[in-house]
Amino acid sequence: MANRVVVTGLGIVAPNGLGIPMFREAIKNGRSGIKHHSQLQELLFSCQIAGRPELSAELISTCFTDLELRNFNSEGILYGVIAGMEAWKHAGLSLERKEDPDWDSGTVFGTGTSGMEKFREAIYKIDELQVRKLGSSVVMQTMASGVSAYLGGKLGLGNQVSTNSSACTTGAESVLMAFERIQSGKAKRMLAGSTSDGGPYIWAGFDAMKVCTYKHNETPEKGSRPMSLSASGFVPACGAGALLLESLDSAVERGATIYAEVLGGHLNSGGQRGTGTMTAPNSKAVQNCISTALKNTGLHADQIDVINGHLTATMMDSTEISNWCTALGRSGDNFPYINALKGMTGHGLSASGSMECVASVLQVAEDFLFPNINCEDLHPDIAAQIDPQKIPLQYQSHPIEYLAKASFGFGDVNACIIFKKYRS
Amino acid sequence: MNKEELLSRLKVIVSNYTQNKEALDSINEDTDFLKDLKINSANLVDVVLDVEEEFGIEIDNLSMEKMLNVRAAIEIIETKLHEAGRE
Repeated sequence: MANRVVVTGLGIVAPNGLGIPMFREAIKNGRSGIKHHSQLQELLFSCQIAGRPELSAELISTCFTDLELRNFNSEGILYGVIAGMEAWKHAGLSLERKEDPDWDSGTVFGTGTSGMEKFREAIYKIDELQVRKLGSSVVMQTMASGVSAYLGGKLGLGNQVSTNSSACTTGAESVLMAFERIQSGKAKRMLAGSTSDGGPYIWAGFDAMKVCTYKHNETPEKGSRPMSLSASGFVPACGAGALLLESLDSAVERGATIYAEVLGGHLNSGGQRGTGTMTAPNSKAVQNCISTALKNTGLHADQIDVINGHLTATMMDSTEISNWCTALGRSGDNFPYINALKGMTGHGLSASGSMECVASVLQVAEDFLFPNINCEDLHPDIAAQIDPQKIPLQYQSHPIEYLAKASFGFGDVNACIIFKKYRS
Repeated sequence: MNKEELLSRLKVIVSNYTQNKEALDSINEDTDFLKDLKINSANLVDVVLDVEEEFGIEIDNLSMEKMLNVRAAIEIIETKLHEAGRE
């Protein structure tokens, strides 16, 4: 019999909130984490605004030793480890160092790249014929699995320790991969999450593709506008989110606080067929992903109370809404409530899915809808499909039984997860 | 440069990498970097790079492989300083 899987811990490093208490406050109050970055201006970026968490040396030193920080320059690993360790502690799990690894606990912690700045540093040294001066610090900071490897060592994880990567679907995918491992009985606890490096060397490619907004360099907090008529591209961001998933049996046995149940979901790809390309989704696949997630969790489309969308503030937002309408067979005032975190955080790329899962679980646990900021001029193509009331502009308290979270990524890949309020 | 001075400068370098502060306090020529100071083996190359910078010398790959304890390290540093005419 399949194990039920619950969320017993959360952690986050987001542009608008470091740690769960600050993040919860920020999303309830619609606080933006987007700022103008003079470095981007100096480097002649079209989009000079971004969401980048500002970590204090004090916060970093709670998770890293002085030795680890020697020659350290891997932003994504910092974010991921800090968020991951917060989720572990939030779940009431011990950080005491034991002789043997914890065979029942593992992690799937995703990323798009690792240690981009460290890699750049290394490349300069290599080209200056200084390869021998790289020291020991390059490999662990630039290997894709660096973030899960650091977490594995700090937490003494003895189950699967791995990093997944599927562009902007990464964070949602990590949750589903961790879910499946616990559901099948191969692990009791899995730290699921994802991180993303930030900065010009990550964001440049998107800037060059002209998918980021260049119209809000003077008004950064207004720049990320999911579902709005004046949406003009996404705002690049970075950070990390983490969820401690656990079998219901283990959580109950430990007397842990349960924030939500993960019912399951689905991962798929549009194969870059139909409307799908490397960079655009095959709508048929998005609809298939959502309806298969419902099927896998035994739900009827009418049961979904809230959607946390992918919604990046590009012209694909109205396509996403139409895919939800088709997949759920719901529209107008029968459509669920829907919100987009990216209005406040920007698009955290490989970290976006996990940061949004954290926001989703907080909403399910505490029965509220965070506001859709910068959506006062709702796009008419969206207003034609769903009742604008379903896109709350203000914080509202609202009972939630089932929430559907979706993420979509380059490569035409999709994920849809169903979170449920936990009832004993 | 006498052995005591070499040792005290070496001690400052390895103090950044050791996970055993007691062994560091009683550091002597017989101290092993891995067994006594519990330095992570990956960090041995960092110790060598720091030694190069501290003493203004270059340590070849063959010498690097031998630098596993304080005695060997001091010998290598002395040899390299001698070669450079700076002992």
